[in-house]
Amino acid sequence: MKEIMLGNEAVARGAYEAGVKVCSSYPGTPSTEITEEIVKYENVAVEWAVNEKVGAEVAIGASIRGARAMTCMKHVGLNVAADPLFTVSYTGVNGGLVFCVADDPGMHSSQNEQDSRNHARSSKIPMFEPADSSECKEFTKYAFEFSEKYDTPVLLRLHTRVSHSRSIVETNEPLPQVIKDYVKDSSKNVMMPANAIKRHVVVEDRTKKIIADTSADNGKVGLHRVEMRDTKLGIITAGASYQYVRDGAPNASVLKLGMVWPLPFDLIKEFASKVERLVVVEELDPFIENEIKANGIKCEGKELFTLLGEYTADMVRCALTDDPKFEKGIELDKLPNTPGRPPVLCAGCPHKGLFLALNRLKVQVMGDIGCYTLGALPPMQALDACVCMGASVGMAHGFDKATDGADSKKTVGVIGDSTFMHSGITNLLNAVYNESAITLIILDNSITGMTGHQQNPGTGKNIRLKDAPSLDLEGLCRSLGVSSIRVVDPVETYDCEKVIKEELEKDVVSVVIARRPCALIPTGRAKKGVEVSLESSKCKSCGACGRIMCPALVIGDDKKPVIDAESCNNCGLCVNMCKFDALIKGVE
Amino acid sequence: MANLEASIVLAGVGGQGTLIAGKLLGILALKLGLDVKVSEVHGMSQRGGSVITYVKIGDKVNSPIIEEATADFLLSFEEVEAVRWSSLLKKDGVMIVNSQKIKSLPVLLGQVQYPDNIEESLKASACGNTKIVEFDALAIANECGTAKAVNMVMMGALSNYLGVEEALWKEAIEEAFANKPKVIPTNVSAFDKGAAAAK
Repeated sequence: MKEIMLGNEAVARGAYEAGVKVCSSYPGTPSTEITEEIVKYENVAVEWAVNEKVGAEVAIGASIRGARAMTCMKHVGLNVAADPLFTVSYTGVNGGLVFCVADDPGMHSSQNEQDSRNHARSSKIPMFEPADSSECKEFTKYAFEFSEKYDTPVLLRLHTRVSHSRSIVETNEPLPQVIKDYVKDSSKNVMMPANAIKRHVVVEDRTKKIIADTSADNGKVGLHRVEMRDTKLGIITAGASYQYVRDGAPNASVLKLGMVWPLPFDLIKEFASKVERLVVVEELDPFIENEIKANGIKCEGKELFTLLGEYTADMVRCALTDDPKFEKGIELDKLPNTPGRPPVLCAGCPHKGLFLALNRLKVQVMGDIGCYTLGALPPMQALDACVCMGASVGMAHGFDKATDGADSKKTVGVIGDSTFMHSGITNLLNAVYNESAITLIILDNSITGMTGHQQNPGTGKNIRLKDAPSLDLEGLCRSLGVSSIRVVDPVETYDCEKVIKEELEKDVVSVVIARRPCALIPTGRAKKGVEVSLESSKCKSCGACGRIMCPALVIGDDKKPVIDAESCNNCGLCVNMCKFDALIKGVE
Repeated sequence: MANLEASIVLAGVGGQGTLIAGKLLGILALKLGLDVKVSEVHGMSQRGGSVITYVKIGDKVNSPIIEEATADFLLSFEEVEAVRWSSLLKKDGVMIVNSQKIKSLPVLLGQVQYPDNIEESLKASACGNTKIVEFDALAIANECGTAKAVNMVMMGALSNYLGVEEALWKEAIEEAFANKPKVIPTNVSAFDKGAAAAK
């Protein structure tokens, strides 16, 4: 049957058709939908893991036990999972094992633009790269078979334009789920030096065999494809870049790589010998280019194309053809300038009141990864630094140590509930153990927000929305040795300010839990038809409510607030900002 | 197989329903037996930011991205977004604009002005036979009972130019909302009214 599917949906379908049994992942744009889609298939043990390392380890265990298993993550998540990744390369698999990793060239929703192919080379794990949804399904399905055939984990590299594009997929019947026998084999699975030394030899031989097999069957093992057209120009490419090449230089001959590590050097040499000019088109790092050049094959690459961002067909056209530019429908110089439209915190977002308090306190704020990274923007402008998941805690502790504790009087760490569970807990334990005086604010909005509302160990629900044990956040912090734990409602922005001020003064690690559900989930949403209203006679047009920049409140021509009933969540933050009691919270 | 080749840009503000409109066009292409790619933006940029969905339909579609001066249709769900993405429209293309204005943070902060007379500026800047159609899709959606139906009003407007028979559109709408059958009548009515208003 033909269906239109998101690339991520197609990966899920491919895994299902391959008989996947276990999928354990941590959400991260643009990879999240893969795991959410697998939930739709019955008899697959699918779960949100607390972080990518844990997800990878669950999948590794399932594979060694004999099941086909998968773990999915965004590019930076693979850094978190890198520890098990490098060693499972040595143990190999029992049931097929696939790591899906989604890169984000152009950084649509990421903190860096790393190229995950480097992880494939350094961990010596074969990596496939599909170019559209149809390939997403086929490559995923094949990856499990390949994994078992070569006794290796497989990396499946996606990126935003593949993960988040819909195209046509032909679905097939799934293979039966097979749970292979488990036979204890410590020489293969216990990676201590005596065993690992021998396994490293196996890994190097495996890579050689894959390269030789690819050569022997003319690229089929690696899902490579040669498309001969005009031989004046030959292009080597993979993934989404293939699509830009086809549109931008439609007459060029193309070697489309299905597996981007290890590379099929014989095939590449043969292709190179047939074309007058050889160019590699690949986004981000000169990964294929450097490998090819290191093998003595002449080619062009990054002297023509940038290391930055996403490519387009137009970039390929300009760099490699003499084709004329297209004619525009609108003469742009006659148009007015457009005001920017940066993303904002939603109407009723619980983070806003807390960040406004931090802004008033003028403290140094170590931020973290989530919707609340937007706390860096006006009107809050309350972030000093944001690096990676969980880093807020360690960085605040670093400020403490760098100043012999002095900066802990004016520095806070800010971390979301899901991010805290992901990698904040060990960080907090470290701060307590090493006698820090940091104040950590946990923004507990009872959901994993930014990636589209995934459940986590604090929400009381699992990925299938069935009841699950719920973490006692205060109890956990207490057991880590935190002596001062306070809970505040972030909408009560002035209370937050007071509590944070008190905690900053203390010479011990403090945790302030700012608790209120995300405004976009049922428990955080106001009752329909209930919203904040204005008692116009009391309004002095001071503009205080407008300064919170709530998307549901605009200042009208008479300088008085106008509430948008459709989007107001009745949180009452604007009510708390009004000194004249002119704004009234709706009664729910 | 129908003979249709179209690059359609859906521009708007996070939360305006461009993703569902893109999904609908994908279903429509599948019904026509054509190849199609729909490229979306998820994640951080969705939070009230400027969002864009590309839909490319044809016998064979390669890149999912619509580049400068190659869009046959630019549907802007918000007025100033039409200006922001206007460089994508090709000569003799069609631009359909919802006159709804959503002020962004820099405008609310008073750092920049929301431009006046956008419709006039667009019409004055149109090259060749480029067509600009502007109307109040939000008012029509509200008439149908919900601002959320703006996307179907815009789809109705597009149906006047795409040359696909109405019955197929209706089938596609039913399929797009198959998991929420209750909302189908509202969306169908929004589609019809959009088609009538933006001729």
